[in-house]
Amino acid sequence: MFSAGLALFYCVVEVGRNWLGPFTPHVEISRRLAALPVYAGYSLLRIALAYLLSLIFAVTYGYIAAYRPGAERFMIPLLDVLQSIPVLSFLPGVMLAMAALFPGRQLGVELGAVLLIFTGQVWNMAFSFYASLKSIPREMREAATIYRFNWWQRFIQIELPFATIGLVWNSMMSVAGAWFFLMACEQFGDFRLPGLGSYLQSAADNGDTRSIVLGIITMVAVIVMIDQFVWRPVIAWAEKFKMEQVESSSAPTSWVLDFLQRSRGVALFRKRAIRPLREQMVHYFARRQEVRTASPSESPSAMWFWRIVGIALLGGIGYAVVRVVLILTGLRASEFHQLGIGLLATFLRVNLTLVLGALWTIPVGVAIGFNPKLARIAQPLAQIAASVPATALFPVVLLVLIRLGGGLGFGSIVLLLLGTQWYILFNVIAGAIAIPTDLKEAANVFGIHGWERWRKLILPGIFPFLVTGMVTASGGAWNASIVAEYFHFKGQTYSTVGVGAMISAATDAKNFNMLLASTIALAAVVVTTNRLLWRRLYRLAETRYKLES
Amino acid sequence: MTEPIIRAQAVEKFYLQPDGNRIEVIAPVDLDVEPGKIITLLGPSGCGKSTLLRILTGLSKPSSGEVLWHGQPISSQNAGVSIVFQSFALFPWLTVLDNVEAPLEARGVPAMDRHKRALRILDTVGLDGFESAYPKELSGGMKQRVGFARALVVEPEVLFMDEPFSALDVLTAESLRNELLELWLSQKMPTKAIFIVTHNIEEAVLLADRVIVLGRNPARVRADFPIELTHPRDRKSPRFVELVDYIYKIMTQPDLALAVPGTTTTAQKPARQKYQMIPHARVGGIAGLLELLQDRGGKEDLYRLAEDLIMDAEDLLPIIEASVLLGFATLKEGDVEITAEGTHFAEADILSRKILFRQASLKHVVILQQIDSVLHAKNDHSISEEFFYDILDEHFSQDEVERQFETAMNWGRYAEIFDFDRESHRLILAEPVSEPHPPTITPVQP
Repeated sequence: MFSAGLALFYCVVEVGRNWLGPFTPHVEISRRLAALPVYAGYSLLRIALAYLLSLIFAVTYGYIAAYRPGAERFMIPLLDVLQSIPVLSFLPGVMLAMAALFPGRQLGVELGAVLLIFTGQVWNMAFSFYASLKSIPREMREAATIYRFNWWQRFIQIELPFATIGLVWNSMMSVAGAWFFLMACEQFGDFRLPGLGSYLQSAADNGDTRSIVLGIITMVAVIVMIDQFVWRPVIAWAEKFKMEQVESSSAPTSWVLDFLQRSRGVALFRKRAIRPLREQMVHYFARRQEVRTASPSESPSAMWFWRIVGIALLGGIGYAVVRVVLILTGLRASEFHQLGIGLLATFLRVNLTLVLGALWTIPVGVAIGFNPKLARIAQPLAQIAASVPATALFPVVLLVLIRLGGGLGFGSIVLLLLGTQWYILFNVIAGAIAIPTDLKEAANVFGIHGWERWRKLILPGIFPFLVTGMVTASGGAWNASIVAEYFHFKGQTYSTVGVGAMISAATDAKNFNMLLASTIALAAVVVTTNRLLWRRLYRLAETRYKLES
Repeated sequence: MTEPIIRAQAVEKFYLQPDGNRIEVIAPVDLDVEPGKIITLLGPSGCGKSTLLRILTGLSKPSSGEVLWHGQPISSQNAGVSIVFQSFALFPWLTVLDNVEAPLEARGVPAMDRHKRALRILDTVGLDGFESAYPKELSGGMKQRVGFARALVVEPEVLFMDEPFSALDVLTAESLRNELLELWLSQKMPTKAIFIVTHNIEEAVLLADRVIVLGRNPARVRADFPIELTHPRDRKSPRFVELVDYIYKIMTQPDLALAVPGTTTTAQKPARQKYQMIPHARVGGIAGLLELLQDRGGKEDLYRLAEDLIMDAEDLLPIIEASVLLGFATLKEGDVEITAEGTHFAEADILSRKILFRQASLKHVVILQQIDSVLHAKNDHSISEEFFYDILDEHFSQDEVERQFETAMNWGRYAEIFDFDRESHRLILAEPVSEPHPPTITPVQP
């Protein structure tokens, strides 16, 4: 215990020294083996901080959107837009801004990284919490009212438990995505941070195969450990929050959770600390409720507070819009022209990637899904492969590509594919598994084989899953384009035509107007394609191709 | 006359539509909940009885009128009421004990006291030994016992129950009803009145000291009368059967105000029906009923029919109402009798049935007549579903519009009056291939 405490103290001091220390523009990345755990620790810390921030924000946002009258109308569409904006397009802007906010301190860049990961992972969590609150059964709410539950009791005994399962799954997705962003942040140009991402980058820079392999192994090990020590136990524990009427036969289990639940130390902690604390809360809020009942309507000062918040928000948005318009009108025609070409190039590249991804994942995914034996072997392997964030591998892939003599024009597609194919693969596997055996047997009975079988059974069957996978993959690909189209490597800059490259180049050149214009253009294109294409396909999948029981 | 615990004065529920049109869900109702009684509120499905229960408990506010709790305006904070819910509404992540303790926690009862009171009430409802079980480990009957325990632990003055037995199988429901009666009669609970919402006529007569029957669209009190049979009540006794029959009569004859055999009744005059409402029955159900009637010589007592089919009034009545509406059957004195058209239909083969159904529905069902005439009048013989909603929106609440739409779709497609394209949300004139001669009925404008 004592040594653990000492170690923790050391870590805090070390992190504090580093973060509050002066800004080091060119972080020296040591490639010694002993440095790896430290780097992994830094990366983990950033992820953990960002996740904590996301969780608090998601719950607050979802709560306000669900309950404040009038808030829902603009908070949910806003969430929708924010969710579809490629976060990495903000990476350069945020990093520059944070570095300026904390001049001469490492803290700024570190906070920038945390903030970026936060913006990458928070929206789906917020939406999940909001949707859970909205779907609490009416009778359960009425029970809470008739039994005079206070605010705290509602939150702890109904809302939070009801939202837990959705939050857990979304958290897992978000954290997986966070690694992707983190790797990009750590490798980012002038602001690179000590961490696993920069370690891999530096190893690739020097063509150090041994360090590359060690780095990737560490990466996989960290991800597997998070899975075993965090997600598995949490999923097994969250099982009790399922709204089911009968007990399911195959509940997920976790040895870590079993260990914790059997541990006497944990039991003692619950009895001595948690239970008395809970009791205190119960009485505090029950007393408050009685006082509040005397004046049930909302106090005028609270109303004014919300009004002022609303006005301030509107004012801020208005000011920002004006500034943006001013900046955009200052751009030259040639720059707009350039931007158009860049957008087109990236658009084609992203969609080519999706097509390529679908072409190989559909047959493979269906083969895996239809064959349980193959699925048992292939699925865990694919999961591990997918868990390695594509951005961590970028330097390595680039190294290989350069040795083979290919340019970034082709290379960027490989890089995009690396990051997005997994989404499609997993969804296709899930879709193939979900096709009912009856339907497959019916197809056999009527002798439907070959292409006809694909057209009548398999493709319609996996369609909703395929669309889900493609939507996610499309978002991921747009995001990745920012790091895939423009790369500093071995002191040289590799780039290809595309809006992602323009964003990165504008950052390097500190051309803020161009940075802003291309970021907005990119976000606009993504939001538009989502609305025009994916949303429609999604609806089609929901209405026509849903396999209802 | 004892002072009522809850007094509802002219409570009314309506929705205002953007065009100023008022959709009335509950017509002004006066209702007292007096101590010492089990009151049951009966009514057809979707008539607003659950809404009325929520207004009486202070959960939901009436659009006009007021509800008084011992003479004071009611709120969920001052009312000493509990509700037992149809879906149990237990918290699946809490153990049985924690579920029962939760209302006490809300009132700030100290841990020891909470624990003792919860255990005592669990003992009373027969859940000894299940304290640490989770709801999902329990059967439906056990779950509803937890629901009872949670409701009783706060010692409510009035216990409200919203269809408490309708999610349970017949035998479990029966035994739970008896246990409730026993608790009530032996005065093991401090509750002064019980108010049960149900659609099960027999259940109402079995439990109630006073029965209130609600009519539909909008909800209004059709009958309100005491039952003075002693407990335990014998279902076979003539008086029991008479009462059940009487309620069936009220519920199947919307415009009828009958006197209770042997007593006087205080039925309110029904409001004038504005637009024909189709009962929510599927064609298959109607056909099944007609075949059954045919088999039984063409006439049957409603109560016997419900008992033999083990169907609730809630499920059976719409089918009967639909048959009557289509002219396939008639209702008289609680008996349902098949008509000549009905016999014809029951004996016909699949294709002829469609033709007969088509003729009957174009003759009797206003909304189908309207659709048919519009489809014939239009050049492209198709119309958006919006048209349909526009007509119905003016007369029914949102939920009711959906149900009307669904039933009309079911009938109209079966009758081959139109086809419905789900993608474009349009109704398209169907070409009835199976028809020997064109329909002789000209579309009628209402």
